Amino acid sequence: MDELRLDGNAAAGLLAEVFAAEATAALVRCASCGAEGAVATVQVYAHAPGTVLRCPGCDAVIMRFARIRGELVADLRGIGRLSF
Amino acid sequence: MSSATRATEVSTGWRPAEVREVVSETPSAATLVLDVPGWPGHRAGQHVDLRLTAEDGYQATRSYSIASAPEDVHVAITVERLDDGEVSPYLVEVARPGDLLELRGPVGGWFVWRAADGGPLFLVAGGSGLVPLMAMLRHRARTGSDAEARLLLSARSEEDVLYADELRELVEPAITYTRFPPAGWNGYARRVDRAMLAEAGLPPGDRPRVFVCGPTGFVEGVARELVALGHDPSRIRTERFGATGG
Amino acid sequence: MSPITRGFRRRHAEPPAGAALPPGQYLTPDFPVLSAGPTPDVPLDRWRLSIGGAADGERSWSWEEFRALPSESITVDIHCVTSWSKLGTAWEGVSVDTLLDGVEPLGAYVMAHSYGGYTTNLPAEDLTDGKAWVAYAYDGRPLEPEHGGPARLLVPHLYFWKSAKWLRALEFLDADEPGFWESLGYHDYGDPWREQRYQGD
Repeated sequence: MDELRLDGNAAAGLLAEVFAAEATAALVRCASCGAEGAVATVQVYAHAPGTVLRCPGCDAVIMRFARIRGELVADLRGIGRLSF
Repeated sequence: MSSATRATEVSTGWRPAEVREVVSETPSAATLVLDVPGWPGHRAGQHVDLRLTAEDGYQATRSYSIASAPEDVHVAITVERLDDGEVSPYLVEVARPGDLLELRGPVGGWFVWRAADGGPLFLVAGGSGLVPLMAMLRHRARTGSDAEARLLLSARSEEDVLYADELRELVEPAITYTRFPPAGWNGYARRVDRAMLAEAGLPPGDRPRVFVCGPTGFVEGVARELVALGHDPSRIRTERFGATGG
Repeated sequence: MSPITRGFRRRHAEPPAGAALPPGQYLTPDFPVLSAGPTPDVPLDRWRLSIGGAADGERSWSWEEFRALPSESITVDIHCVTSWSKLGTAWEGVSVDTLLDGVEPLGAYVMAHSYGGYTTNLPAEDLTDGKAWVAYAYDGRPLEPEHGGPARLLVPHLYFWKSAKWLRALEFLDADEPGFWESLGYHDYGDPWREQRYQGD
């Protein structure tokens, strides 16, 4: 059991910064396996040089973020679809 | 879902916040009542990101659930002191009225309950996972909601129970003590399991809105058992707490 | 300008007298666990370590074969890009020189691959001449999964994200290719003493 693993609720502040919108209630589809669910239900790994959001079904990276010299950098390629 | 999302205000900036009062809840937890100029209001279940800045410029950011009802004038968070934490020991033991912090939020639009959503409510809390659920219970009381509510709380010992007296006024809590049950206790004294959830909770047939909050292992185990009992997964909302640093 | 929070300070230990830390680093009293994903579960009877991109093809070891190789005990300082450092950490591992003995690598760069998909890149010469190991024990005990067990790469002269946990393969490449964190903006090399945290540093 990975106690380091949180859920999308833990990334709410970070996501609001990226999307300028409340994102935890948004529906996200994993680009890798097609599973869909609320952003609040994805797996969040926040103890790292960055924050990684993974699909709870297949573990694929859905989104990842890092602060590079204070600037927020986002890789959103793992999102198949996002609906607010 | 989308109307709730649109209606939830988004604030992405950091605002100054001043500690107004520090209230001891248990030997290891305290509620900080904050003055936040321009606070836009919140929904029960949301949290805030808190940022502390040291004199050398070092900053630490942590997330804390809002304990206060949306109807309250001041924002309150309840912090559990983690032994080797960096921020929580400061907030619980050092912070005093007048101290300055920064706050971002409220954040979170999924793990929320509004009285208008209706019930019945089935709340399951592991330790300090009670905090956002307490905001829901306080909101329920303040709005005069007639939604039925049941709370199952897992705590290590009696002295670890947050808001003990107020809890009993808001709901008749079912408590399980997992480490040190009080003397003479003949209630639950084991980890939450399927039988306990069936006995102490609301039946799936009532279609309750279920909220589960606590450490990752607790939440995932409880959610699994709730689904096994027949609860509709789409009516179960979970929030995993963890050391996002301490 | 953020207001100062009275009485708040970074939690860290005081370094022993004379100990030098790289710029921007602080001594940690514990051993933080940082992870970008779930801890892989690798049963030892399925574990393999491979070297790829060699002139005579791939070379690999089973767990028994790997543990039969000559190994060393080393004590090193480690530095994480998130600013914590730990001095005098004790490991047991197989030197990468041992793994590369007789291997003719095709490429000046290496991509380290972990079980679970993590990757990190570094120059091949930073893995040789006694600078790197594949470690299977920490502090006298088998390496715990949360710290990278069964075996992880150990390259202490670079920031610790280069010491890939749950090591599965070392792949030689012609050209440098950014790994997991590097492709997001972390440095391709990562020398803590020159504070090379991010691309362009």
